[in-house]
Amino acid sequence: MSEANAAAGRWPLWEVFVRSGSGLAHKHVGSLHAADAAMALQHARDVYTRRNEGTSIWVVESRNVVASEPADREMLFEPAESKTFRQPTYFTVPEGVKHL
Amino acid sequence: MNVLAPQAALVSYLVRLGDNALILGQQLAAVTGRAPIVEEDLANANVALDLIGQARLWLALAGEVEGAGRTADDFAYFRDPAGFRNVLLVERSGVDFAHATVRDFLFDTWHFGLLRGLERSSDARIAAIAAKAAREVEYHARRSGDWVVRLGDGTAESNARVRAALDALWPYTGELFEADEVDAEVARAGIGPAPETLREPWRRHVAAIFADATLDVPADGWMQSGGRSGRHGESFSYLIAEMQSVRRSVPGERW
Repeated sequence: MSEANAAAGRWPLWEVFVRSGSGLAHKHVGSLHAADAAMALQHARDVYTRRNEGTSIWVVESRNVVASEPADREMLFEPAESKTFRQPTYFTVPEGVKHL
Repeated sequence: MNVLAPQAALVSYLVRLGDNALILGQQLAAVTGRAPIVEEDLANANVALDLIGQARLWLALAGEVEGAGRTADDFAYFRDPAGFRNVLLVERSGVDFAHATVRDFLFDTWHFGLLRGLERSSDARIAAIAAKAAREVEYHARRSGDWVVRLGDGTAESNARVRAALDALWPYTGELFEADEVDAEVARAGIGPAPETLREPWRRHVAAIFADATLDVPADGWMQSGGRSGRHGESFSYLIAEMQSVRRSVPGERW
């Protein structure tokens, strides 16, 4: 596997998104190594759609994904925890309201 | 040329189709775990499974047409090496990744053209198997073609290796387009394309990929032949022994 690791280490990492059906969103399924975009698509097909999972694939080089900082988690996400009124289920539907 | 009974010709033809897929499938399955990276390893295994699946369908149909009660497993596991009818190209060993890639590319390209022809077969069973297989093999050919370009137009080392592989394997391409009484009968009945008709489309595609790969199409010299009539290379009996050993060690066992 040392040869394998060396080859994989030289090739960039790609994130793979698969759409499982028409009308559904592409969903992140994992990552892989590939030398370029064309190879990344082929590898994605061979690694992540072997069991009939997909109708469409996106690949994005991992270095192009901009991620939030784990250290910012509380600042970014905790304020939303206490605002249950932002959930649709927070509200009771008044009697007699139609077309909901 | 002798004229064969249509049924005997059809059985022979189906066995050849099945054996080509079976032997290349076995070759690819045998190197599982040895690809340079895990993604390629899975891709290889996928192709192997496609081919072994196709072999099952062709050999099962051969047994059905023959009418003697032989199953796909009987054909695969209980014939001796001389009983196999695959072209010699698919039994060439993958000396290195370049040899395996060139072998697969030359075969896949021919295989795809053949299956497209078989989709129009006068025999509906054959047309149905070919339609399913063609979708698989279209991908095999694209993948192996991409690798020929990557290796040919890659580094000095990869280019040298792919050239050596091409020189070694080109003499095995002539057999792909040979025709004997089996092919004549099959073409006459509209069951499958005459082998010669596959040559020009194959050459055009191979030449286009080679141009991208900075490779020259080798000159056609003396061509190897014999696999389709059961005359195989020296290493073939080892390949068959490995493929059959488990089945033959417990005859009649069910999994």
